[in-house]
Amino acid sequence: MADTEAPPTPMDDTEPVRIEHPVVEFLRMYLRNWAAIAGFLMFMAIVFAALFAPALLQRDPFEMVWMPFSPPGKDGYLLGTDNLGRDLLIAVIYGARATLAVGASAAGITIFIGITIGSLAGYYRGWVDEVLMRITEFFQVLPPLLLAMVLVSLFSPTLPTVAIAIGVVSWTGVARLARAEFMRIRELEFVKAARSIGSRDRRIIWRVILPNALPPLIVNAALTVGVAILFEAALSFLGLSDPNVMSWGKLIGDNRDYLLDAPWTVTMPGVAIFLTVLSVSLIGDGLNDAFNPRLRER
Amino acid sequence: MSSAPNLNADADNLLEVSGLKVHFPLPRKNLMTPGGTVHAVDGINYNVRRGSTFGIVGESGSGKTTAALAAMRLVPITAGSIRLDGTEMTTLEGDALRAMRRKIQIVFQDPYSSLNPRMRAGAIVREPMDLMDVGSPDERDRRVAELFRRVGLRPEQVALFPHQFSGGQRQRIGVARALATQPELIVCDEPVSALDVAIQAQILNLLRELQRDFGLTYLFISHDLGVVQYICDDIAVMYLGEIVEQSDRISLFSTPLHPYTWALISAVPSARHRKGEEDNRVRLQGDPPSPIDPPPGCHFAPRCPFAEDRCHREKPSLREVKAGHLVSCHLVGEDCVPPHVKTAAA
Ligand SMILES: Nc1ncnc2c1ncn2[C@@H]1O[C@H](COP(=O)(O)OP(=O)(O)O)[C@@H](O)[C@H]1O
Ligand code: SF4
Ligand SMILES: [Mg+2]
Repeated sequence: MADTEAPPTPMDDTEPVRIEHPVVEFLRMYLRNWAAIAGFLMFMAIVFAALFAPALLQRDPFEMVWMPFSPPGKDGYLLGTDNLGRDLLIAVIYGARATLAVGASAAGITIFIGITIGSLAGYYRGWVDEVLMRITEFFQVLPPLLLAMVLVSLFSPTLPTVAIAIGVVSWTGVARLARAEFMRIRELEFVKAARSIGSRDRRIIWRVILPNALPPLIVNAALTVGVAILFEAALSFLGLSDPNVMSWGKLIGDNRDYLLDAPWTVTMPGVAIFLTVLSVSLIGDGLNDAFNPRLRER
Repeated sequence: MSSAPNLNADADNLLEVSGLKVHFPLPRKNLMTPGGTVHAVDGINYNVRRGSTFGIVGESGSGKTTAALAAMRLVPITAGSIRLDGTEMTTLEGDALRAMRRKIQIVFQDPYSSLNPRMRAGAIVREPMDLMDVGSPDERDRRVAELFRRVGLRPEQVALFPHQFSGGQRQRIGVARALATQPELIVCDEPVSALDVAIQAQILNLLRELQRDFGLTYLFISHDLGVVQYICDDIAVMYLGEIVEQSDRISLFSTPLHPYTWALISAVPSARHRKGEEDNRVRLQGDPPSPIDPPPGCHFAPRCPFAEDRCHREKPSLREVKAGHLVSCHLVGEDCVPPHVKTAAA
């Protein structure tokens, strides 16, 4: 180097330079949305129940503990009992585990297939895009619930099968979103810069473009968890889920004939589904705000 | 490497471009109508002398960026030859191309989209060395700090993310990244166009200092004649994918020969206030015609105040009318008197 002395600091600091770590900035933006905070706390409570309640309570959710159709609050059963005399409070708490497990893994599968298909289509364009988009359209026009029912009936009705079936029928939206983001970002100069310093396609797709495409995909993933939970409920309502595992959809399915006489048997697990889907939507909303650069400037 | 050395090459030229064409096919409008072709760069020749700055100037859309990206093999090349340091670049692929990329780097126009927002500034400058295996890992860290200092940033700033810098500072990071692999040629695609005037001067001075200290060669793209006059040794004027005039800086600015160059120069504020030039100033009217399937004849004819019948029919070719000064205009004769001067004298 010609001059050993460091030149003075640049004089072009005309714009104020904010020094805030992106994670700090993200948290600040997320925490401005009180509904998103409520959603997060609610979701954490549900996750806590799913993870720890069975070990803490040591109960059998299938056990007949009292006479059937005891209304909520009576005889010491906070949520009442169902058609088989099972304690609905215990059943709902235990059901969280299967419901969340299926919801989360189905969302994971959805995101994985969607991002893989969408990013390859958006990056390579041309015939790769043509082929992948025709496949996507094919999956899009199939009625998802029917397809999931067929898949589950073809294989065994276990939780993994249900999760895979839900994932296979719901990835198309994520694929389209990922494709659009890849098409947009691949034209930005930092992608050309990456190529000019010798990055290969694989690096550009996964290390350069994907991290920049993630924010809307993460928002979408949060919403996908909600959709997957509803799907799981629908399948177990139709009796297409593991009969040996307690889940909210199964509770509703088992009690559907008593909806008018003992409405709480259906509404209690229904409320649990509603609150869970609501909490993940609120989280998705909060993430959207936190990732949205235009809101950030305010 | 794979190609034989070019025996005709002038050892003084670091970059030799000849017959370069970059055409983009447009998507078909429907099944019956083909989409047409954008002739973004349509057969250009130029040589860049080692250690000099070669400028390409022209209006937006004239194909400057495409010409710059082509020199770096960042767009598909339709035809022509690009020799960097005697090596034919157009036929290189894979690892051989990646190896050549060490020698030619680029500073982009937009400091806001040219840095990956998810990477820290230090990682951005270090990445080229990691990918091209320059030095040992320890040396790379030291070199990042050294580069930061050299471009006028503080080494502590390596940990920041791009959005935490101002536009000018971001462009300095872009310059540091381009310097990381110790390239011989740096392509500067409008490196100051997006910046405030005061900051433009700082970045231009930085580029000049770096050229002096490291013996760099620049291919410098700009739409701003003032900037080009300040920094370039040789200049090519581009219009609709073609070079219409080319010469050294002194000759181009003292005796512009092509009516388009003349119009561009008379639009520069410093030249405008020179006495006696008010009357014969050429005003550019209308937008440049589209580079999609351009018409025959001189591409500038629809906007040229001196256009004759012949201009619309016959395409002028770029020829040397005096030592080192090339122009493509029917009306510049052996006497080297450009049409705007003839008109003024009449
Ligand atoms: N990838 C592309 N596909 C189609 N047309 C393009 C592409 N890149 C540039 N063009 C067109 O080529 C012409 C020259 O563009 P460009 O090289 O960016 O000009 P400049 O840098 O001088 O403004 C423009 O008409 C532009 O629309
Ligand atoms: S050839 Fe004719 S139209 Fe073209 S620049 Fe010269 S005078 Fe103008
Ligand atoms: Mg440009």
